[in-house]
Amino acid sequence: MSQMPKPDSERLRAQYPDVFVRPASSRLAMPAMLIGAFAIFIFGLVDLDFSPTRLISGLGQLGWITVMMIPPDPGSSLPVYLSALGETLSIALLGTTIAAVVALPVSLLAARNIIPSSFIRFPVRRCLDSIRGVDTLIWALVWINVVGLGPFAGVLAIAVSDFGAFGKLFSEAIEVADKKQVEGIRASGGNALHEIRFGLLPQVLPVIAGQVLYFIESNTRSATIIGIVGAGGIGLQLAEQIRVLEWQKVSFLILMILVAVAAIDWISSKLRFAIIGQRAVA
Amino acid sequence: MTSAISILPAQQLEVLNDAYRKAVARKRLRMTLATAVFFAALVIAAIGAEVNLRTLFTYFGNFISYFDRILTLEDGTRVWTNFSEWFWGWRKWLRMLGETILISYVGTMMGAVLAFALNFFAAQNTSPASWLRFVIRRLLEFARTVPGIVFALIFVIAFGLGPMAGVLAIAIHSTGALGKLFSEIVENADMKPVEGVRSTGASWLSCMRFAVLPQVSAGYASYALLRFEINVREASVMGFVGAGGIGQELVVAIRKFYYSDVSAILLTIIATVFIIDIGTGWLRGKLFGKDARA
Repeated sequence: MSQMPKPDSERLRAQYPDVFVRPASSRLAMPAMLIGAFAIFIFGLVDLDFSPTRLISGLGQLGWITVMMIPPDPGSSLPVYLSALGETLSIALLGTTIAAVVALPVSLLAARNIIPSSFIRFPVRRCLDSIRGVDTLIWALVWINVVGLGPFAGVLAIAVSDFGAFGKLFSEAIEVADKKQVEGIRASGGNALHEIRFGLLPQVLPVIAGQVLYFIESNTRSATIIGIVGAGGIGLQLAEQIRVLEWQKVSFLILMILVAVAAIDWISSKLRFAIIGQRAVA
Repeated sequence: MTSAISILPAQQLEVLNDAYRKAVARKRLRMTLATAVFFAALVIAAIGAEVNLRTLFTYFGNFISYFDRILTLEDGTRVWTNFSEWFWGWRKWLRMLGETILISYVGTMMGAVLAFALNFFAAQNTSPASWLRFVIRRLLEFARTVPGIVFALIFVIAFGLGPMAGVLAIAIHSTGALGKLFSEIVENADMKPVEGVRSTGASWLSCMRFAVLPQVSAGYASYALLRFEINVREASVMGFVGAGGIGQELVVAIRKFYYSDVSAILLTIIATVFIIDIGTGWLRGKLFGKDARA
């Protein structure tokens, strides 16, 4: 067998310089970006008053707090905490449901395959974006001004901020739906409402149900914190106990939240499998 | 032409129809039951959350008029007629906004670095020992399940009021969230390069550095950018508990009924979130191609 001819590297190098020597701009881009990112990080540390002494004394405090937290103990207020937890779960469930019910018709307006005209679609989408840009806690503060302190304000806060998220997610689910079924309904003489009801909804409902379940789960977490501003639920108790430095109660409350979130997580993933089927699980 | 459809004899049809009806009836029963359970849960929840529709209807006007009021200046004119009066505090607000963005940036960086350090131990295919994986995973789970603002409440007591508590709270929460996502990327990585590097006698560290890291670093950066976006929103409320950022100004404005300030601060927050969303989206598209946008 004849030997392979030795490649003429000199000639290749002259012919394709880009392959052998990367231009300086692409070689230096990565380190420059890293250095830039790191410089902003250091600037941030300085600007935000990070000092080693504060960090160390703070860590000492934190260690002390952690020691004080053990063992978790509700004292005599266990019934109060349990009812607060129930309130939190209620807030999450109701808020998510209201948001989903209201968002479904609106998401049709924001979907490209339902409303081809961008005159309606564009403002609806921007509106949904603005609602999402405001945090749930801020909505809670606004609703407290409207309906007063208490869990009802929390329900409305979660409903409003989820409405923004659902509107976007639902309209995306609707946009990827298969067009053929809608066309089939139209071919058999259905009107626009029939097309949505029989052509579109059967396709998107399982997806939507999965998303709603997922949000109930994540809203359990949100609902635990809106109490901090006075909108009911276990967050109210938690913030109060932190303020009065009852660390054993604090750790008990945190444990309760962890257990509740894990339980909701488990239930909703079971339900999700039941609704979407095993196939849709990535 | 003769019809291609053959009609079954009546007896056979009846059996089939019966079976069909039974199947549908069972499905319907299950559906009705599920709906009933759901509504029962809703009613219980409504009682638990003290939902009062009458309050809502009585005060819903307040919700609308609230927006009316926050869009009115103190002299009774609409806010957009007098911009300099509306955004009278823009210098202070912009500074606070800058602080908010810095809090989320520094917090995201810290969280990403910590998550980076931990994720190889948490991933199934690269973890050196299974007990270590278990411990790290529980730690990450804890860090992401406890809401960031709860950490902030505790840190404000430990580290004192100010942005430092906010940064650390966001850092811990991001560590939990990113650690999980990072380790999932590692679990999806191709193990052949690892075998190749290990066959040359390399240590565990070199395996991670030369076989895993080149596959996963783009995914890491993409998730970290996404997290930054989320953290800007989170940092905007850290001020509610005294952990720095624009939330402090906002909560004061809302509680003290400085109506036009509320709308001005809310608008600046929304605008910032938009800009950051678009900016990071653009950066992700630029760095990792169009697929990373999803």
